[in-house]
Amino acid sequence: MSWSSWLVWGFAATVILTSLLAGSQGLGMTRMNLPYMLGTMFTPDRDRAKALGVLLHVVNGWLFSLVYVAAFIQWGGPTWWKGAAVGLVHAVFVLTAALPVLPGFHPRMASESRGPTVVRQLEPPGFLGLHYGIQTPISIVIAHVAFGAVLGGFYR
Amino acid sequence: MDPRIHDHAIIGNTRSAALVARDGTLDWLCWPRFDSPPVFAGVVNGGGEWRLAPSGPAQVTRRYVDHSNVLETTFVSASGCAVLLDLMTVAGEDTKRRELVPDDELVRHVRCEAGEVELDVVVAPRPDFGRARVRCRQHPHLGIRWEAGRELFALRSDVPLALGDGEARARFRLRAGESATFSFTRDDGPALLAPLGEAARLRIARTVAWWQAWADRATYTGPYREQVIRSALTVKLMAFAPSGAIVAAPTTSLPEKPGGELNWDYRYCWLRDAAFTTRALLRLGYEDEAIAFTSWLLHATRLTHPEIRILYDVYGRMPAREHEIASAAGYRGARPVRIGNAAAAQLQLDCYGEVIDAVAHLAHVVGGLSHETQRLLRDLGDYVCGHWRLPDQGIWEPRGAPEHRTHSRLLCWVALDRLHELGRSGLVAGLDLDRLAQEASWIRGDIEDHGYDAARGCYTGSFGNPDLDASVLLLPWYGFHPASTPRMRSTFERIRERLAAGPGLFYRYDDSLRSGEGAFWICSFWAVELLARGGGTPDEARALMDAARGYANDVGLMAEEIDPATGDALGNFPQAYTHVGLINAALSLEEAR
Repeated sequence: MSWSSWLVWGFAATVILTSLLAGSQGLGMTRMNLPYMLGTMFTPDRDRAKALGVLLHVVNGWLFSLVYVAAFIQWGGPTWWKGAAVGLVHAVFVLTAALPVLPGFHPRMASESRGPTVVRQLEPPGFLGLHYGIQTPISIVIAHVAFGAVLGGFYR
Repeated sequence: MDPRIHDHAIIGNTRSAALVARDGTLDWLCWPRFDSPPVFAGVVNGGGEWRLAPSGPAQVTRRYVDHSNVLETTFVSASGCAVLLDLMTVAGEDTKRRELVPDDELVRHVRCEAGEVELDVVVAPRPDFGRARVRCRQHPHLGIRWEAGRELFALRSDVPLALGDGEARARFRLRAGESATFSFTRDDGPALLAPLGEAARLRIARTVAWWQAWADRATYTGPYREQVIRSALTVKLMAFAPSGAIVAAPTTSLPEKPGGELNWDYRYCWLRDAAFTTRALLRLGYEDEAIAFTSWLLHATRLTHPEIRILYDVYGRMPAREHEIASAAGYRGARPVRIGNAAAAQLQLDCYGEVIDAVAHLAHVVGGLSHETQRLLRDLGDYVCGHWRLPDQGIWEPRGAPEHRTHSRLLCWVALDRLHELGRSGLVAGLDLDRLAQEASWIRGDIEDHGYDAARGCYTGSFGNPDLDASVLLLPWYGFHPASTPRMRSTFERIRERLAAGPGLFYRYDDSLRSGEGAFWICSFWAVELLARGGGTPDEARALMDAARGYANDVGLMAEEIDPATGDALGNFPQAYTHVGLINAALSLEEAR
């Protein structure tokens, strides 16, 4: 494994993922804002949450790219399409498993079954993140496939 | 029949505002900014309103809670009494650091005080005049959700609501002591769904306290204090907190002429109005607002420096291109409904004087100006020296040919006079004081030679044009002439003879008589100031003040104009400029005591 290549391309892929997600929010495809959701796990201050969330999201992306690298090693070496395939699996996992259970982990996210409380006010994402807009799954799939393709295409 | 313009009250959060009519109908709301597309545009028959009122007939009284912008409407019906609170929640920076707070939340809280009251509620948002494609659904615990593009409008209530045809409806009954709360929020990210019950009551109390704390900072103790504080609160509501810009009014296309086409979009920051407002707030002790406006001014004018535009949006950009909303039928049929404002491209030289005068006031209060502000002022002064001889559209923005206007010349004189004073006092370095004095003296001569009609004994609106114009009443206000001079006294007499529109009312100029528009409210307050400053007696000034403020509605709000025949408000509502006129008039009366 090349640590320097992972550092560089893991970071680059994360930047692209973050930009695609932010761009799809800006273009009105989705209201999902992962950095904001991550940041509000640690602070109720919305401005601070957004800044902290970006930092956490970059670190997260970097760590996740290690899993991708491990998959490439097991799968006979990286290519862009292998990366895209891993990204697709990752996106499906996020949409079907991670997002629906997020209210269970997030201290400020409202529960689907009980609604908001004084502390838990953040709208939950729902199945496939559809509470954040009907095109949310598309933006998540595109961002993660791009993340994997960049990593698979450039990591050596 | 649409409710009268006069029958509305305003609520807001210093980023956006809503209008609520006496019958409990919320029929105007633009989110998230004053100039955003409306979510409710019923007031101009553009679709969207939120009704909440007793299902049967009821007597209505209204007030604002203490010194706040929280509206309280009391309905007394045959069976009981219900009190409705309408507000957009606000929170201080400390609160925002401690807890999640929605940026945009509108709360309607109704409580039965006596007997039993049956109420109807219909919430029918129609984003962007009904042009936005909306996806609407109901979630058992997260409320009713209208998704329009990137935005989510979410409604939560402790009353069960039925959803149909994009509208949420309910008929419910409250007994004495019972209450119901509706929380309507907007987000373009993961929504914050504010809790109801005790938490909502806490947000209401916090909002009242926030406004009250702001009002308590006013240092004014003179006559008409209640009206001055209400006007200051109304103006503060229209100051866009993130940037410091102050919009002229929160509405578009409320007509200046009943059923007519004089319908304009006022949801932008006119530098003239904003500077006038800033100066008034400064005189009431609100330095922060004046500093914020100056910072915004520096930012907004950066791209056009040293020229300044007439108006900007709240972020200092050019407003949207003026266009008409074909689907909106207009207030009582007054079409078109316009978005954007073509006046943005006009030359109005008076703006330079207003801006420089406002910044000069601030400089004297805070005792200094940044290097950047000094540079801006120097460049504005150079611009005025080079351009004051040009004809322009002037304060009233007519869409005809430019003229040499007395008021514009006056404000050019103000610009150079104030700069000269700032230079002499050392507050602005690097000014050519001799040049400023020379140019100011030439402007003074120009006004006296060409703006004064010696045959009739009055200043006219434009050079070589006999039409009268109430804007010349401001000559003493800016220190050009004392109000007691024969020229000013006779000018006021001619204006009173020609432009008086009824008890305490004046048309702004001769064109008003030809176009059929209403009386221009702020002109009454200018006349009060002229009388208070020596153009008449203090008793005359107070009598005129009483008459002019008497046209305000039941909660103290004023529009741009008044229909002299009915006393009803005309034009965009409420208007910051008119409220600032009242504040300045009261301050002048206080100084005259």
